[in-house]
Formats: sequence, C-alpha cells, structure tokens
Amino acid sequence: MPEKKIRVLIAKPGLDGHDRGAKVIARALRDAGMEVIYTGLRQTPEMIASAAVQEDVDVIGLSILSGAHNTICPQLMKLLREKGMDDVTVLVGGIIPGADVPALKEAGIAEIFLPGTSTMDIVEFIQKRMSHN
Amino acid sequence: MRENKTKSVQTTTAEQSRSGDRTPSPAELAWEKNTVQPVLKMNPERRKEFTTISGHPIRRLYTEADLAGFDAERDLGFPGEPPYTRGIHSTMHRGRLWTMRQFAGFGSAEDTNKRFRYLLAQGQTGLSTAFDLPTLMGYDADHGLAEGEVGKCGVSISSLADMETLFDQIPLAGVTTSMTINSPAAVIWAMYLAVAEKQGADWKTISGTLQNDILKEYIAQKEYIYPPEPSMRLVIDTIEFGAKHTPKFNPVSISGYHIREAGSTAIQELAFTLRDGMEYVEWAMRRGMDVDDFAPQLSFFFNAHNDFFEEIAKYRAARRIWHKAMTERYKAKNPRSWAMRFHTQTAGCSLTAQQPYNNVVRTAIQALAAVMGGTQSLHTNSLDEAWALPTEFAATIALRTQQIIAHETGVTNTVDPLGGSYFVEALTSEVERGAWEYINKIDAIGGMVAAIDRNYPQREIAEASYRYQVEVDKKEKIIVGVNDYVVEEQQLEVLQIDETVAHQQAERLKKLRAERSPEEVTRRLGALRKAAEGKDNLMPFLYEAVKVYATLGEICEAMRDVFGTHEEVAIT
Repeated sequence: MPEKKIRVLIAKPGLDGHDRGAKVIARALRDAGMEVIYTGLRQTPEMIASAAVQEDVDVIGLSILSGAHNTICPQLMKLLREKGMDDVTVLVGGIIPGADVPALKEAGIAEIFLPGTSTMDIVEFIQKRMSHN
Repeated sequence: MRENKTKSVQTTTAEQSRSGDRTPSPAELAWEKNTVQPVLKMNPERRKEFTTISGHPIRRLYTEADLAGFDAERDLGFPGEPPYTRGIHSTMHRGRLWTMRQFAGFGSAEDTNKRFRYLLAQGQTGLSTAFDLPTLMGYDADHGLAEGEVGKCGVSISSLADMETLFDQIPLAGVTTSMTINSPAAVIWAMYLAVAEKQGADWKTISGTLQNDILKEYIAQKEYIYPPEPSMRLVIDTIEFGAKHTPKFNPVSISGYHIREAGSTAIQELAFTLRDGMEYVEWAMRRGMDVDDFAPQLSFFFNAHNDFFEEIAKYRAARRIWHKAMTERYKAKNPRSWAMRFHTQTAGCSLTAQQPYNNVVRTAIQALAAVMGGTQSLHTNSLDEAWALPTEFAATIALRTQQIIAHETGVTNTVDPLGGSYFVEALTSEVERGAWEYINKIDAIGGMVAAIDRNYPQREIAEASYRYQVEVDKKEKIIVGVNDYVVEEQQLEVLQIDETVAHQQAERLKKLRAERSPEEVTRRLGALRKAAEGKDNLMPFLYEAVKVYATLGEICEAMRDVFGTHEEVAIT
C-alpha cells in the first residue's frame, strides 16, 4: 500500500523576520519525504489556522525566536480547536525559555525544539508520531 | 529597467595569477616527499579535506608558492595608505582603541536609559540602540500586530516622547550613538535629531551611526515595510540630508552581519555587503550627488564568526575591495572616501543555548579576530543571548572581554600583526577573488535591487545555510556542547520581559494622543504624504512631523498609503 505523504505547514508567526531556521526545517522535512508548505513571514494565528485547514496538514511547525510565543501559541491552539483541527500536531522551534515550556505543553503544543536540535531528530519525532496515529 | 552604467571591475593581476597552479620550490617539494609523505603513510590526517566554517578549502601549509603574483607594495601597502589592506589608520589601535559599543535595548525607554547609563559608567565608549520588533516594523506599541512583542527584542519607541526618555541625562553632544533600525530609520533619526536640538547639541558635531541598510533586509533580515524603490529613496534622502546637515553622522551602516547570521558564507557576506554599498553609491550619484560629498560618511558592519583566519582575511579583503571600487569604479578623489570604516559584532548565530558559559570563550576568540582585522568599533555578545536579551551580569562580562583584549593581550601593540603571513595573505586574496566573482555576477544581473528581485542573494544564502546544517547534523562540523561533548544541564537564569511594558506603553500613547495638537499632527502628516507623492527629500517633513509628536506608527502608515508595502516570494 503506498504510504500517504505527511503534510507539514511551516509557519513564521509574529513580526520577526529571522527565517533561517524555518527554511532549514522546511527543506530538511522535504528531503525526508514530507509534503511541506511554508507560509512565509508575519503570519497571524488566524492566517496560520486558515492555512492549516485549507492545506489539510498533519503537522504545524511554528518558528518563534522573538519571545512572543506565550501570546501566539495559545491563540493558535484556540483557533485550531474552533476549526475542528484538534488532531493536528503543533510543534514549536526556536528560543523558548525552560520556564515557559510547561504552559505551552498545557496549551497543546506537542513538542518544543530548542536551538541546536538536529533536523534528523525533528524528522524522527514527526515520523514516529504520525505512525502512532 | 534601470541601466547599469558602471562597468564591472576586473580582478587585479595578483588575483589572476593566484588562481592558477602554484609552483612549489624545490625545497618545498623535497619536504613534501621526504618529511610529509612518510608521516602520512603512518598517520593519515584527521580528515581528507580541511575547510573553513564557510566550506573554503585550506591547505596543509602555505609558503611563498601561494604568494606568486602577490606584490606587497601594491596589494598590501602600509597602514593608513591605499589599498588599506593593513588598516585605515597609520597607527591603528596604538593611537586609539576601537570604540567599545555594546548593543542594548529592552522594555521601556526608562529601562534602556538605565542600562545605557550603567554601560557608560562601566567604561563603554559608545551607545548602540536595539529597538523592539513593532518599532522596527513601524508599528506603535498599541497596534494589534504588536501584541506579545512590545519591549521583547529591544526598546519600544513610538514617539519623540519615548526618544526623549531614552536619552535622558545622556548628553548627545558628548557620546556617539548607533541606532539599529532600517525601514523606519529616517523617522527614528528625525526623532534623534529633535532630541539633540532640544538638548542644545549642534547637529554639525553630533556623531553616531544609523543602520538604515534596507538592501540587507530584503536579502537577509526581512524587516522591510515598503517596496525597494521607495525604500531606496528614503535611504538616499538620509544620505543627502546627512551630507548637508550632520557631517559627523553616518547615515548608513552597510551590514553584512545579518547576511552572515542568515547562514551565508564569509565570501557571500563580504560580496553582498560591498555590492549593497556600491548600490547606495550609485543611487546617490544618480540623485546628482558628488561621490566625495557623501562617501566619507558611509560605514560598514561585519560579523565576527568562529573561523579566526577566515574572518581576518575577510576584513582585510573588504578594505582592499572598497578602495578599488571607490577609486576605479566611482573615481572618488577624497582619500576619506576610499577608506572603509567598519563596526563588528561577534556572531549571534554561533552562540549555543547548551553550556552557555562556553559562549564567553567563543565571543573572546571572535572579538580577537575583529581586533586583529582592524575594526573601528566592536560589540561582543553576552553568554546568555542564545536564550534572551542579556542580563546586566552577562553584558558586563561581554564588555570586560573587550577590555581584556585591549589592555592585556598585547595584540594592540602593533598594526596588522598577521600581515605578511603566507596563509593570511593567500586567504585574503582568495576571499577577495571570491567576492569579486559574486560582485561581477550581480553587476551582470543589473545591480543589487534587480538581483534581490530575482531572489539571487537570498537563494545563495539559503543554499549555504542548509549545507552547513547538514554538515552539523552529520557531525562533519563539531559544535561543542551541541553535537559533541553534550551534558545534562540546568536552565540559565535569563532576563524576562513581561507584558507590563506593553500596558505602560499603551497608556503612554493614549496620554500623548490626548495632549498633543491634533490639528498640527494632521497638518504635518498631510504635508509628509504630499511630499512622499513627489520627489522632495522627506527628511525635513519627517522632522516636522515627529516634533509635533506624530507617532512612529502614524508616520509609517502615511508613507504606506503612498508607497505600498513589500511582500516577498519566499524560497525554501
């Protein structure tokens, strides 16, 4: 049976334009055989949630370096619930102080990847998670 | 399409001959055969190919065979003389140390004012302002898109009132101030000039640097508002205004720093930055300015990454290329137009979140490269900046690092201490040659604005950045504490900025809008809009608007109405 490709939305919320990480991850996931859609810069939570619905993705990867994660993540999770996208796996990559991690996980973020994470670890995490679903 | 009037510059004879095969001396060949080969048979080297962090191949040994065609008088010269390879001043750091300029800014204007005054008290010699993201994107602190971002990555500045607080008790007549802002740079500069005027400081003598380098925003950092054409007009407006009114102020700091942080190689950083500089020169000349009227006020800003010799070669090559471009391409007559002055910042992207105290060591080595490469000013990153803006403790160590290099290491005792090294001279020429190849390619596309439009530099950087990540993931490049020598560790105490600043700023803006004259604001914004539709220099209009306390957001919005906004086609 041909396996369905995992669909991932890589999104860059907030005003920050530092997109090196988002682009590297997008390319690494694509090289690992996933279908990757990159939103481009300065996406509001509304725009990201709409794109997730439209593209019918399995995974959303948010790249946040600016410190706005505590505002952005809960907003996005609420919108996803409202749109019936509860089953989508939301990951955050970027600069997230340890003290903020429990609240983000509480809000429904599946995993947080800090600076220095190997792209192979992220690929593996997604593949494992998708095979369990 | 604009016509590209300048011819591409040919590489020097030294570079041409250097690109050919090297001819080792009989003695070197004998060494290779009798001494090296037997050792290699017993003990092979650790890897097949050794490369810089940028992937540039490095030989086992450099000898005079690597300097064939190198003419010391022509390619090296003397410090303070063309082609400035050895430095732009004859006595360099013996005469005057570099300016120790630590980038700072967080929270409210009061918070940052306090940090500024602390840093000056610790012996820092210049100020450098970091603005938060809403400010950098031209939004007031109470704009919807500013939610969660106020005061986080820098100081929040929404109006002249905030700027007055930021520089409270800091006499602008006696301190040089750098401001890292790009799209709204002209507006923030107008605010700075208004504060200077209120303090009674003479515009003719105040000094500092505005980053105001929009080209690298499209290429790398992506904090743009308007499309390239009107953005370039704003930059040229500040260059023109500065040449007339503020002869000691650098209206642009042409920046490779962010290009490197986006993942470029050292050669790409050098090439794209210098080609950006050439683009500003060409646009200003097209405006009708004489090159020598503004070129002495152009300054540069480079990264200092981990690869010690590659960085030093980069700074030395930068001066040589700029001299060549200014004299041959733009026919500048004033030696001050030929000499490239630059600021350096150690590489933020090299800092590791893991084992953060190791960052003190990385930063020290990077700073040493900047100093030995002849920098005019320097920012050293703090150990905790992979996590957050620095605490006062971390920022103090970063400043002390510079003071130790300046006063304890002895590297400042002589000018260009590495000059004449076979390796450093060969690498300088190779880096220069690589940069010219890129510059010529961009000339062929029709200049930097055209190249950006075609995503050319963006794509080159994305490729380099991915290549590097793959090398790190495969452990072909080792990062201590990240992909090797890993330990379990405790989270570092970092600076936290909460939402109090956002609420305070919103309150302050409400009060400001109630107290100022709405008629004056409407009138000045109307005049600005009208001028933006025409061709006048916008600086005087911006200055009048900020003085009646029109906010940054209102002013940028007025220009958005006229200029439109820029959207990039993202490449991944």
